[in-house]
Amino acid sequence: METPAAGAHQPALATARPAVDRRRARRRADWRRRGLVLLFMSPWIAGFGAFYGYPLVMSAYLSLHHYDLLSSPRWVGLANYRYLFDGDPLVWPAAKNTLWLVAFMVPAQVLFAFGVAQMVARARLGTGLFRTIFYLPALAPPVAATLGFVYILNPATGPVNAALGRLGIEGPLWFSDPSWAKPSLVLLALWGIGNTMIIFLAAIVDVPRHLHESAELDGAGPLRRLVYVTLPTISPVILFAVVIGVIDAMQYFTQAYVAADIAGGSASNAASGANNLGFPEGSTLFYPVLLYQQGFRYFNMGYASAMAMVLLAVALTFVLLIVRHSRRWVHYQGGAR
Amino acid sequence: MRRVATIAALLATLALGATAASGAASSHPAGSAGKTTITIWVGFTGRELRIMKGVIAQFEKSHPTIAVKTVGGISDDKIVAAIRSGTAPDVTQSFTADNSGTFCSSGAWVDLAPYMKAGHVSASQFPSASAYYTQFKGTRCALPMLADVYGLYYNKTLLAKAGISHPPRTIAELTADAKKLTQRDAKGNITVLGFNPFFGWYENAEAHFAPMFGARWTNAKGASTLDTPQWRKLLTWQKKLVDWYGYDNLVRFNAKAGDEWTASNAFERGKVAMNLDGEWRVAFVADEHPELKYGTAPLPTASKLLYGSGYTTGNIIGIPKTAAHKAEAWQLVQYLATDVRAETTLSNQLRNVPTTTAALHSKLIKPDKQFSTFLTIFGNRHTTTTPITAAGAAYQELFSSWTTKWQAGKEKNLSAGLKAVDKQIDAQLQNATGGGVP
Repeated sequence: METPAAGAHQPALATARPAVDRRRARRRADWRRRGLVLLFMSPWIAGFGAFYGYPLVMSAYLSLHHYDLLSSPRWVGLANYRYLFDGDPLVWPAAKNTLWLVAFMVPAQVLFAFGVAQMVARARLGTGLFRTIFYLPALAPPVAATLGFVYILNPATGPVNAALGRLGIEGPLWFSDPSWAKPSLVLLALWGIGNTMIIFLAAIVDVPRHLHESAELDGAGPLRRLVYVTLPTISPVILFAVVIGVIDAMQYFTQAYVAADIAGGSASNAASGANNLGFPEGSTLFYPVLLYQQGFRYFNMGYASAMAMVLLAVALTFVLLIVRHSRRWVHYQGGAR
Repeated sequence: MRRVATIAALLATLALGATAASGAASSHPAGSAGKTTITIWVGFTGRELRIMKGVIAQFEKSHPTIAVKTVGGISDDKIVAAIRSGTAPDVTQSFTADNSGTFCSSGAWVDLAPYMKAGHVSASQFPSASAYYTQFKGTRCALPMLADVYGLYYNKTLLAKAGISHPPRTIAELTADAKKLTQRDAKGNITVLGFNPFFGWYENAEAHFAPMFGARWTNAKGASTLDTPQWRKLLTWQKKLVDWYGYDNLVRFNAKAGDEWTASNAFERGKVAMNLDGEWRVAFVADEHPELKYGTAPLPTASKLLYGSGYTTGNIIGIPKTAAHKAEAWQLVQYLATDVRAETTLSNQLRNVPTTTAALHSKLIKPDKQFSTFLTIFGNRHTTTTPITAAGAAYQELFSSWTTKWQAGKEKNLSAGLKAVDKQIDAQLQNATGGGVP
């Protein structure tokens, strides 16, 4: 549509006013739009503020205080951090146990989930049944699953060692042996890889068939197609699985708590029944377990908050390093990185 | 702007309404006319909770203006959460005397001194150990309500078969008897254990063994003193016995020993010949394995002077600072902690040790040969408890994390190890009081 030529000859003031009005109207429309966006986002903002923002700010605040949950917080400056880095003898063993999970459990989970997904994707018969079978463990509540594993891996009465015994093999002490307790937890984690497996399966199925066909025409075998077609195509999903796995490993708590409590029996120092944390020999004392112990059993919440802040910093560093490093091996569709 | 004001007014009205509603709810006790209803939280469950409710029913009869609602299965973290949120009951009972340091120092449980003065209750009514673990640095925020005392249980049938005529009194006798009573199968697996020295098994906490050797946790200044001849003797003896069984053999045996708190308990099934346990086991055996022929005795000791003593701790009872009916709550606390009939009824049915000197010597205590051993141990002047600290039992657990490595053979230098743990405990206690690293 053409602008009427007559309009170009109107006085400057007369043309300026509608322009100002238009700008105002546009600004009002912008504000209305922003308001609408905020309105739709408000449930999330409220939830994030109440359950993430506020606790995060309070943790940072409490980490600089002595706080026993019952009396008012008392300023102690960096004393909690000094004790964490220089006084608490359990912090480093707990951190080492957690790093062990990051180093061994996360890769094992990712590889196993990918392997299962690859197998299920190739199955021609009973695909739905296999998907269901491998996914089902992910629905089991962590406490119930851990209880089940402690039972089946009981060195004396469990069916696994009974079966090994029939084959003439003396089974390990599993959750009762410090060198086997963490691998036992890894077995439990591998059993429950359903969620990761489903994500991998969706990604594998989504790999364009023509890429496989082209590679096949070029003479690539199954292994080369896996390395040069499947893996690059699903690399964003691998990155996702690794990042989520690392974060989960750093927050690993429920299974370790339950396994130690049950396998450790009921011996008590304080008639509390919950002091087997880390059994056996501190091998399952992971950083979040120690944090829980300080905060909710010793009521030393200021120190537990300092531990939480350090955990946040370490987890953030890990994730940033992984994401930064991923630029070398993650390929996004369309070439965007 | 007008809309914001309208929303603010609406929210304010809602808030006011909610406040008014909660105020109205708290100003009217839930009971029938003229009665005040108070709530007590206890840790007991099942059979023990039923017994507790029975005694509280007696209280209601003798205090017709007070009705009591009893809630069982409560742990200390629930108590703390309730106090923080202002929803705590009128009376709370805890199994963890170690936490009286936190409850008293923070003011979470009210100082009972004024109530005790008005009610003519004195700390001298309780044996010294119980009087100690219900206060912290002079503030008495709790009263003892039944104590736990540890001693030796022995299987008479197994001892007779092994030709042992009486339970061991010395550490040397205990070691010899433990070896004699142990049975293994053809593969060398333990089928019957003479005595289990493994820390962490059932009631085998370091604190429970300490009185056998006269080992103390702290010096007069409150500093940790684990590197002493007594602790060194205890740990050396314990490690030698673990090694005699074989660490792996013991771990394997413990894994199949059965749950401590069920009828599959290894001592009750005759799989352990002698066992360190609390006085409550008498009631458990009567309930679960009445056919078991067993006896009780004080734990063997390193010196004759100490024989007859043992370790004690117990339940504590107090009033949270947010309690709505403190005067009525005190009447229930006083009744449960000091009334001879209440204490003896609970003791007779739960088979816990009563915690007033009057109840301890009362004729209302049902005579029971096995149980009376624990009454004697409780009354022994060398019987001790663990230090009450601002960090609860954290220092014991720090020590446990070291002893588990010691018994596994991963710590070789005993004295150096104990010195290191002493330093760690001192640092831990300083941090727990907000003092940072010493």
